[in-house]
Amino acid sequence: MTINWFKFASPAAFYPIAGRLIPWFGGIAALLVLVSLYWGFFETADQLGGSNPQKEYYRIIFVHVPTAWMSMWLYLVLAGWSAIGLVFNTRLSFMMAKAVAPTGAIFTFLALWTGALWGRPSWGTYWDWDPRLTSELLLFFLYVGYIALHSAIDDMRRADRAAALLAIVGLVMVPVIYLSINCPDPNQCAALHQRSDPGSIHPSILIPMLAMTLALWSYSFAAVFARLRNIILTRESDNAWVRDVVGKEATA
Amino acid sequence: MIEFLQQGGYAGYVWSAFGMTFGLLLVEILQLRSSQRTTLTRIARLVRLRTPRRKTGSGPRQPTGAARAKP
Repeated sequence: MTINWFKFASPAAFYPIAGRLIPWFGGIAALLVLVSLYWGFFETADQLGGSNPQKEYYRIIFVHVPTAWMSMWLYLVLAGWSAIGLVFNTRLSFMMAKAVAPTGAIFTFLALWTGALWGRPSWGTYWDWDPRLTSELLLFFLYVGYIALHSAIDDMRRADRAAALLAIVGLVMVPVIYLSINCPDPNQCAALHQRSDPGSIHPSILIPMLAMTLALWSYSFAAVFARLRNIILTRESDNAWVRDVVGKEATA
Repeated sequence: MIEFLQQGGYAGYVWSAFGMTFGLLLVEILQLRSSQRTTLTRIARLVRLRTPRRKTGSGPRQPTGAARAKP
């Protein structure tokens, strides 16, 4: 059986699908958050002693690393849908890109916020112009710039394309953030973030961290689909199918 | 319990990080819900404005014009 994938590129077809998927992604996210928090707070007590003792603030890792990963991943998604929209001129791709941006901006802000609260007790400062901190801050400005540019242009199609171009140009920041720990000479560039091998992280820290990452990933699907449904309704409000949907959902 | 809340004296850092994370996500969820409701109400109002009023009220629309002209 062949599936015509282009069928799902129509906003009218995707609207109900997104609606059915939201509770699943939301539920998985909630479940994984609970697993991660329980494990992170109650099953990692051994990390406070042992050969490499941690202070309690290491628990910030369970939100800091997942939000930072999501901030970069969602930017790739944003730029990806922008590029698809520019190349194929499909309406849904631009809507998808627009729906991703606010959630990405929130995760970028959270990565910076939780990082500051971790940096103060461990490095002695909330903020430093460390390469990774600086490039993550620029990523936040790119998200804000995308949202601002999109809302500053009245013509929706022009806004879509201009903001998409900005998203693609800004894509250069993601590898910069990713590689910003590879300081060749510590005497020339003092980087606070050091390279760490995931294999060297203790499993009792790695498991809640990965659970939280999957939780936020699942949450992102739910939040982006919810925002996408709103954008679809707003943009397609002249179409007949929207009238049927509104008639059904307004009474529900 | 008190010991858990104190987080070894780092309560301010730990709870501010977790609080802001889940607080902001909650704000996003509430914002998404309210904007969805606003959009639905706005479009429902537009639909009502555009639909011509009938004496019988909101029944199924009668076929008009070209549809009726076909034999």
